[in-house]
Amino acid sequence: MLLAEILRNGRSAWLAADGPAADVVLSTRVRLARNLADVPFPSRMDEQAAERVLGEVAKALEELRAEAGAVEMYRLRDLAPLERQALVEKHLVSPELVRAAERAAVVLRGDEAISVMVNEEDHLRIQVLLPGLQLEKAWELATQVDDALERRLEYAFSQHYGYLTACPTNTGTGMRASVMMHLPALVMANQAGQLFNALSKVGVAVRGLYGEGTEASGNIFQISNQVTLGQSEREILVNLQGVCRQVIDRERAARQRLQQSRRHQLEDRAWRAWGVLSNARMISTREAMSLLSDLRLGVDLGILPHVEPRVFNELVVRISPALLQVAEGRGLPPHLRDVRRAALIREHLRAGGRQG
Amino acid sequence: MLCERCGKRPATVHVTRIVNEEKSELHVCAECAAQEQQELGFPAEPIHHLLGELLNYEDWFAGRGRPVEAGARCRGCGLTFKQFTRSGLLGCARCYEEFASRLDPLLQRMHGATSHRGKVPRRQGGALSLRRQAESLRQQLEEAVAAEEYERAARLRDQIRELERQLGRRR
Repeated sequence: MLLAEILRNGRSAWLAADGPAADVVLSTRVRLARNLADVPFPSRMDEQAAERVLGEVAKALEELRAEAGAVEMYRLRDLAPLERQALVEKHLVSPELVRAAERAAVVLRGDEAISVMVNEEDHLRIQVLLPGLQLEKAWELATQVDDALERRLEYAFSQHYGYLTACPTNTGTGMRASVMMHLPALVMANQAGQLFNALSKVGVAVRGLYGEGTEASGNIFQISNQVTLGQSEREILVNLQGVCRQVIDRERAARQRLQQSRRHQLEDRAWRAWGVLSNARMISTREAMSLLSDLRLGVDLGILPHVEPRVFNELVVRISPALLQVAEGRGLPPHLRDVRRAALIREHLRAGGRQG
Repeated sequence: MLCERCGKRPATVHVTRIVNEEKSELHVCAECAAQEQQELGFPAEPIHHLLGELLNYEDWFAGRGRPVEAGARCRGCGLTFKQFTRSGLLGCARCYEEFASRLDPLLQRMHGATSHRGKVPRRQGGALSLRRQAESLRQQLEEAVAAEEYERAARLRDQIRELERQLGRRR
């Protein structure tokens, strides 16, 4: 079964660490919000309307398969709570979709590049997730999925406002493009806050690892467009691409400067992270995220022996509580999760690197 | 008792978890509890609340456009404007027309614009271009009539009818 594979597989394509600017950028995501014409938006629809949306999307899957290959649709109520949470940790569904589990569904492709959430805040949320900085490619794939679905579905669209969404922050293109970045040097040099402030003035938002309202963990940030109306998708993407390039350049420059001015502190931090991560017998998500960030920076700067970048990206996702338990095949109390997490990290570091 | 997570602040949140009949207890401070919650993927504060605030603020500037009463109700889904200001979510496609005069200033503030310039669904794009074509022909027809070119006007009229027939079929 496709879903079982996705949940067990730690090697999501989007974590491959082989995309453009992979030293800073983990992944790129493009999300399109769409609603069906003639059905109230999810917050105002009854059970019957919800079933109608699910039915129409199910019928449109054939078109999608013809365009984008094998996809499967899953109703969230058919999944165990732990499996739902694991999909959140893999960024394939949102916490909000899980909260609407009774009437929600998700369409998934095996490589995790395509997912479509059904009956979240909008009837449809088409998502494309790719490794590295690939805004253009992600948009092309997303619009292809959109076109395929539209062959069977009639969207709520107005000539004036564009795609009509439940929340006016998405009206127009319905597109939210976001780039996930690892920015340890900017944080260490105390430049991140200032930079993010400046970004908010050019229509770009910065959020933590799990999106809206979450804290940045492991120095990982999501940078996304805020404006969805009045600009074409291309214009929005070009603007975001330009901003991302600048952030990447600044992060690289900050790394260079730190290497010159704080060489000893950097080395100490990197080796301590290595020491703890390759020896700890229990570790919390929070501590692991922070040390993985230090370790990755140490490897990127050539302080530590080489560890495959893919190992970091995969660990960032796999050490999350639900995925850890799904991999274990059962629920674990917090202290045993910490034990499993520490073991998983040790295994990965042994497999992914040569001891120095 | 001190927080088990940070060891600094007093533990004020006590969580008992039972997973597979195994009981565990967690004693943490409010701050760590909030973080723990976020790590499980629950955002602390949905954006809609903020949006509601923005809309309440907008009330003070409601001088623009035809006013929509707070009690105004969308004829499509029954959502009142007041409900929208609380949830930040519109109820259906029709809400956009019903609340247009209040939405436009909001959209302007959020996006710096109120009209769409991006992708058009193929299906509607087809209808859209037919409609635009018909509009342009209608204008030409008016000009032809004004110039007393009746033969040309008759031709244009037939073309418009044909387009309208096609548009009607699409519905």
